[in-house]
Amino acid sequence: MTQSQRRWIFLVAGGGFLAFYLWGLIGLPGFGHYPGPYGDIINAIAVPQTHATGVVSAVNFEYRAFDTLGEEFILFIAATGVATVLRHLRQERDTSAVDEARNREVPATSDAVAMVTLAFIGPTVVVGWYLASHAQTSPSGGFQGGIVLATAFVLVYLAGQFIVFKRLSPVALTDAIEAIGAGSFAAVGIAALASGAAYLTNILPLGSTPGAVTPPERSR
Amino acid sequence: MSIFPFIVVAWVLAVGLYGIITSRHLVHQIVCLIVVQSSTYILLLGVGYKTGAVAPYFYDIPLNTPAVDPVVQALALTDVVVEAAVTALLLAFAVQAHKRFGTLDPEELRQLQG
Repeated sequence: MTQSQRRWIFLVAGGGFLAFYLWGLIGLPGFGHYPGPYGDIINAIAVPQTHATGVVSAVNFEYRAFDTLGEEFILFIAATGVATVLRHLRQERDTSAVDEARNREVPATSDAVAMVTLAFIGPTVVVGWYLASHAQTSPSGGFQGGIVLATAFVLVYLAGQFIVFKRLSPVALTDAIEAIGAGSFAAVGIAALASGAAYLTNILPLGSTPGAVTPPERSR
Repeated sequence: MSIFPFIVVAWVLAVGLYGIITSRHLVHQIVCLIVVQSSTYILLLGVGYKTGAVAPYFYDIPLNTPAVDPVVQALALTDVVVEAAVTALLLAFAVQAHKRFGTLDPEELRQLQG
């Protein structure tokens, strides 16, 4: 199939999709007019029920905890897949033919890139740690905090400090942490089973609701 | 224009799909897939949006404040995570394809396989 044929098929199919999409939009409530009861109900009951101020986190780890378990193992399997696909085969050589070409030097990281990234590593760690440790105060705090923290590692790599990067992320240790993390989420659920409750039931005390000005219970 | 965000969804989806079918580079194709998936974030967040509502975080606001739907936000979060996993796996496949065939052009890959 040539490029132009493919483009034509796409245009025809795209036209059909557009027609059906617009047809579907007619029945949809307009943007900003949220119809469903679920979000409102969850927003009303999540804080008293779970003592968590971040309702999105409450949904992920309380109401949809079982889905999150599945999602977690999707991630785990994907990581395993990447490790399997990228593994070193015995007959495979370390460097490709191009890298072995004579008179070809691997370009070094430019000083400007190294400078800027090295200057950003410290602030990135601080901001990431701040976001992660104040997750209850900002939308999706823990999630973005983790991502910002992970960015610090990428910055080390970008600065051309591959040796440091390798030392910061020893494969055996990260593998173990990954496996322990995946397993302990499942184990928390099993602990609930052992205590006689349903899988993933909260058996630990909920703790107090964090609140900045007025505790949410009193303001109702 | 209350359906404008949903038109944006269709546009982002279409642009990403067009990129995928016309791409001549596997990494570019994977980036296009990310663009396609980005349309689902806009759709999810657009469906749950309520005019004048705040983010569903009741740290320093009273509980009865109108807030947007947290369920679709949680789904969008799941979406982001799965996309990261899928992207990593596809990039690993691209690395492997380059190792084996010495090219990242989908057209040439097909020629090599006969």
